[in-house]
Amino acid sequence: MTLKGRHLVDPNDMTLEELQQIIDLGLKMYQDPGAYSEFCKGKILGTLFYEPSTRTRLSFESAMLRMGGSILGFSDANTSSVKKGESIADTIRVLDDYADVLVMRHPREGAPKLASEFSTVPIINGGDGGHQHPTQTLTDLITIQNYRGEIKDLKVAFCGDLLFGRTVHSLLKTLSRFENISFVLISPPELKIPYHLRDELINKYQVEIVETTSLEEYLPEIDILYMTRIQKERFFNEEDYIKLKDSYILNRSKLKNAKEDLLVLHPLPRVNEISYDVDDDPRARYFEQATLGVYVRMALMALLLGVA
Amino acid sequence: MLKVAGIEKGIVIDHITAGKGLKIFQKLNLDKLKTPAVLLMNVPSKQAGQKDIIKIQDDLDIDLTVLGLIDPNITVNYIVNDKIEKKMELKIPEKVKGLFECKNPRCITSVDQYAEAEFTLVPNGKIQYRCSYCEELTEYKL
Repeated sequence: MTLKGRHLVDPNDMTLEELQQIIDLGLKMYQDPGAYSEFCKGKILGTLFYEPSTRTRLSFESAMLRMGGSILGFSDANTSSVKKGESIADTIRVLDDYADVLVMRHPREGAPKLASEFSTVPIINGGDGGHQHPTQTLTDLITIQNYRGEIKDLKVAFCGDLLFGRTVHSLLKTLSRFENISFVLISPPELKIPYHLRDELINKYQVEIVETTSLEEYLPEIDILYMTRIQKERFFNEEDYIKLKDSYILNRSKLKNAKEDLLVLHPLPRVNEISYDVDDDPRARYFEQATLGVYVRMALMALLLGVA
Repeated sequence: MLKVAGIEKGIVIDHITAGKGLKIFQKLNLDKLKTPAVLLMNVPSKQAGQKDIIKIQDDLDIDLTVLGLIDPNITVNYIVNDKIEKKMELKIPEKVKGLFECKNPRCITSVDQYAEAEFTLVPNGKIQYRCSYCEELTEYKL
């Protein structure tokens, strides 16, 4: 089983064994980063960010720099040839000669898949519209593995924007493939998961799903609480955003009824959906999650480049 | 009752759900043909009560995929020397490309001409197809 030369457009591009291979290597790198500091010497990561991103882009850049590689790319479509109307295919046909692995974030859903059809080097989806965000999923999985020891027998709750939240969509689809996982989906009625995803979870993966509007109702039963931000940039009008933005706020008093070994995760950035008084609760692991994200991206790139 | 003569050589598209015949006639561009073609509407049918029928006196290459998508109840009969030489039962196609567009306005296929979605039928009892790029479901409507 080799991941060399492969793309990661959708988490389902990888088998569970392959995902586990990335997670295991990521945890080794996390334990002993110095041992991997020259792993990607001479390799170049191309960052194609057609949509603003701080966390994902810097996490990728940090990951490549920590392995001794170099980076090039753009972080704003307005300053690139895209502004001049260049197609994704043409951009990729050129940039795949400039870099050894490419990470792409794009507002259009399916754009990284299109890029993968024209690229001679691995394409990593760094988030496409409201569709998928597979490296955030890897980040979520490595965090669960690190704090729970294994990824199975879990009741996982997702709270917030489940309609546009690509991190939610990727993680739901991926966790559905693991053993004995069930979901509690907490959202306002306007932000429930997309119909096509519900159809897939129920008919293809046959997972147990409970949908609710209450954050408190199922809190005592759940093992992982995945909070998400209501994303202003996904709304067509501000009125709808303002109506929904404060739907859920997790604070320390609400956590009183939750399990002792609950894991509170968040893909970040947060706005106000997790109060600051939760940060020093030992169950809050979203900052560690962001740290682990660098190591799992290191592992992913090392495997796709065939240096690990 | 209205009578229409049989054809010696050509194609009969039979068992069209009543009311869909005209749209199929247009979809297959039969109005551009130079050879005789007739559309029969609301013909009595034992199975469905009423049906539409199209008869074409020509060796036409009919797109069975599009017909299956529009109306899987259709049968296509190929006529040679006044007899049915071949009878094709249609079914809803599993994969479709180029016949309709993804309904998701955020899909890459709506802005990039290199991206042509392949749609896969979803087995949920409805005629819904999953886009190969954004995975959104699109229901085909004639």
